[in-house]
Amino acid sequence: MSHLEKDAFGAKLGMWLFLFTEILLFGGVFLLYSVYLAKYPKEFGLGGKQLDLVYGATNTVVLLTSSLFAAMSVTAIKRGAKKATLSLLTGTIGCAFIFLFIKYLEWSAKIHHGIYPNSPKLIEGPPGESIFFGLYYLTTGLHGIHVIIGSVLMAWTAVMVQREVLHAGDNVTLENVTLYWHLVDLVWIFIFPLYYLIL
Amino acid sequence: MTNESAENILSYGKLVTVWVTLLVLTAATIMVTRVELGVWKVWAALAIASIKSGLVIAFFMHMKYEPRLFRIILFVALFTLAGFIGGTFFDVLYR
Repeated sequence: MSHLEKDAFGAKLGMWLFLFTEILLFGGVFLLYSVYLAKYPKEFGLGGKQLDLVYGATNTVVLLTSSLFAAMSVTAIKRGAKKATLSLLTGTIGCAFIFLFIKYLEWSAKIHHGIYPNSPKLIEGPPGESIFFGLYYLTTGLHGIHVIIGSVLMAWTAVMVQREVLHAGDNVTLENVTLYWHLVDLVWIFIFPLYYLIL
Repeated sequence: MTNESAENILSYGKLVTVWVTLLVLTAATIMVTRVELGVWKVWAALAIASIKSGLVIAFFMHMKYEPRLFRIILFVALFTLAGFIGGTFFDVLYR
């Protein structure tokens, strides 16, 4: 039993070290944001007012709920409740799809208004505005890719729970996948005020 | 092994409490930023976001129940990031 314990510890430590590289990756994007905000406060303000607060706030609630389901799935598998684990993982993936659908609505509304990287409207406008929307697409796009990867990992984990490869005695893979999912939520916790609220 | 994992299981009730707190803080951050506070609303929004992150890391991500090593490397990562941001602003503002 002791070797299994050590293994789970190492696996979780490895996952956390990977998550720190993710924090630094998104940290770099937020650093760009803050430097350009200091340089172009007016253009960032005008850009931020064009983002839809309702979409942003709804997606915040959806992601927080998905994180709750993910955290509950860890409790469920440790208690040996296979059915509950599967339902909670399905709930998490469902929230991920709702999030991506709202993001799709949001992006298509922007693109419909001629706001996308290198669009004629942004090229003619002030440089600060095109930097704002460039960063908006970069940050939310990078975050969206993480949501897609997280959903795929979650679906794969659910299959392993179904096949009982993962169970109460050995669940570190499920824990690590949910850690990744919570990181996606953490990043959004900062994207939401920076892009939708403070400008 | 069994003792250790028994400590680590967070009840559904506790997780739901954390979730409700996160929703309340989300509502608070929206309200705070609708009021004209000038630069302070940036700091208020970032402070609330940091509290929310702390809750997610401590409970949803089980950090509160992990060995101290995990928290040490978390702070190393956060200080590194803070150092990058501080250093960059030193350059941008005083160039």
